[in-house]
Amino acid sequence: MTTRIDARFAELAKQGRSAFVTFLMAGDPDPKTSLDIIKALPKAGADIIEIGMPFTDPMADGPSIQAAGLRALKAGMTLKKTLEMVRGFRKDDDATPLVLMGYYNPIYIYGVDKFLADAKAAGVDGLIIVDLPPEEDTELCLPAMKAGLNFIRLATPTTDDKRLPAVLANTSGFVYYVSITGITGAATADSTVVGDAVARIKRHTKLPVCVGFGIRTPQAARAIAGKADGAVVGTALVDALRDSLDTTGQATTKTVAAVADLVASLAQGVRGAKQAAE
Amino acid sequence: MNPNLPNSLRTGPDERGHFGIFGGRFVAETLMPLILDLEKAYADAKADPAFQAEMNGYLKNYVGRPSPLYLAERLTEHLGGAKIYFKREELNHTGSHKVNNVLGQIMVARRMGKKRIIAETGAGQHGVATATLCARFGLECVVYMGAVDVERQQPNVIRMEMLGAKVVPVQSGSRTLKDAMNDALRDWVTNVHNTFYCIGTVAGPHPYPMMVRDFQSVIGDETRKQMQEAEGRLPDSLIACIGGGSNAMGLFHPFLDDPSVEIFGVEAAGHGLTQLHAASIAGGRAGVLHGNRTYLLMDDDGQIQDAHSISAGLDYPGIGPEHSWLHETGRVAYLSATDDEALAAFQLLSRLEGIIPALEPAHAIAKVMELAPKRPKDHLMVVNLSGRGDKDVPQVGDILKGKKK
Ligand SMILES: Cc1ncc(COP(=O)(O)O)c(C=O)c1O
Repeated sequence: MTTRIDARFAELAKQGRSAFVTFLMAGDPDPKTSLDIIKALPKAGADIIEIGMPFTDPMADGPSIQAAGLRALKAGMTLKKTLEMVRGFRKDDDATPLVLMGYYNPIYIYGVDKFLADAKAAGVDGLIIVDLPPEEDTELCLPAMKAGLNFIRLATPTTDDKRLPAVLANTSGFVYYVSITGITGAATADSTVVGDAVARIKRHTKLPVCVGFGIRTPQAARAIAGKADGAVVGTALVDALRDSLDTTGQATTKTVAAVADLVASLAQGVRGAKQAAE
Repeated sequence: MNPNLPNSLRTGPDERGHFGIFGGRFVAETLMPLILDLEKAYADAKADPAFQAEMNGYLKNYVGRPSPLYLAERLTEHLGGAKIYFKREELNHTGSHKVNNVLGQIMVARRMGKKRIIAETGAGQHGVATATLCARFGLECVVYMGAVDVERQQPNVIRMEMLGAKVVPVQSGSRTLKDAMNDALRDWVTNVHNTFYCIGTVAGPHPYPMMVRDFQSVIGDETRKQMQEAEGRLPDSLIACIGGGSNAMGLFHPFLDDPSVEIFGVEAAGHGLTQLHAASIAGGRAGVLHGNRTYLLMDDDGQIQDAHSISAGLDYPGIGPEHSWLHETGRVAYLSATDDEALAAFQLLSRLEGIIPALEPAHAIAKVMELAPKRPKDHLMVVNLSGRGDKDVPQVGDILKGKKK
């Protein structure tokens, strides 16, 4: 079974470049603006779109993404509406891979089987669930694989060679390497260290390896994209979105463009990478 | 009781950290290798007689154990029913049961070579106990505490700082215990290479619920022996308050396989179960938070709801996974007491017995006031007096003067 994610990486391999992966929170700052932003991403240069599922207690996220989740929840976002948003996106775009990222509890409460069926039908391609390590694969990972969704696992600097095979065993789509020990938006990643880590993971798997956490600028995106199959940017986009809001936290006429413009310049960075390396 | 119960209720969790469907290890990958290391380090320590001997030495001479089992004659007389005993955990060094667990975890941290200790705290009792043992063993200590709790438990904030700990007021979410735990987990993910997370209750990812329970079981083990000495038999009922459930689990666990012993946990009903409260069994359902599956207060979308209790130590929207399991098996009955009931019990105990309890065990006393009169005079009831009220004196003083509330 090939998913949109597999197809996209195959296409990028032909073009000889890495993927630019964007993260934004569903429903931030409100459901309508959020959908407008997501719709603008592919044209601005996003190759793969990660959409955060808001949760009250995001224990692996820093202040920016925490605040984004709370803005979304305050605007009435729910998991059901996140899936509606995916359907809205899919009306005009059947190619760009969509990955939902978040925490397990809202899915558990929605009902695992119902969620997987609804997510698949809506056009979701993969899931990244921060608080489901391989030790809990029976919860969602195995059912997701069966339902035809990629379950994308996080590998981290603490995932040593002994543990990597277990982490990679049921992973599909791509591997998400978390470049730092820490929460989103905290430290910046050193591209040399990241390069070594990606090489280490690649000794264990044929899957593409994307790197995230700590990438904020086109320069950093280029440096990382030169060492990996993809670079993920989240907090910087969420910050740009936040900075475009009015004093009451509502979207302004600048909001969609603020995010799209930053995506475009980061995408330039990523696209420059393999060309520079060639 | 449920006829399908296993032969023993004391063998959990299984090797994956499950009590029935509850428990587990729902954490970020960054933490997983360390959690597996901890599981191994704890298993080694548990099997090492030298570890046990060293711990027993500190329990006796530093903590001041065993804590007395005291017959509360005037309360017994006042309520006119069951004979009421207090397990005097409030007499421990640092003023609560929390120190039993912290001692054990700090000794495990030392075995693992960790030099930096972090903790979350609600009432500040766990924070004070952690700051105390870090001072004793020369370890760096950082305590996360919700900003609301920093305000209402000032005496403990001052104590922690005097002991050399850094107290970080947490401004996110409801700015109480749940949020303190979130920020402690964020610190841990960031500093995983040198940091040990000393969790203050029987919650979190496996092996914490089991390990904390084991360290707290000294309460029930002593009670068993002391009651044998005092009355020549087992108690008839046990009662304890529940935040995450560590003082309760410590008292209950050694008695789980004694069917003649009735067991009651008391959650915080805050303003009442139809309003803001912290009773996750009474008002919640199974979900996943802070590393384990357990009963949680949440909305239809799986978003965690803010809890409320007058007592900072009970102000948490979850409960330890073993309690969720004991609830579903029917072995333990979970009741709840409101803010007002706890305040009334706080005052009654102060006046009748000359013991100012913490607001947390005042919730247990509130249910003793309800249950004891309905029991015969030869019924032996043990309540866990998990902490003393010094930390609550300014807050309750203000409430009683009508300044707050
Ligand atoms: C005196 C006292 N009792 C009880 C508790 C509640 O915790 P647990 O349910 O883990 O015993 C606390 C927590 O701060 C406490 O300070």
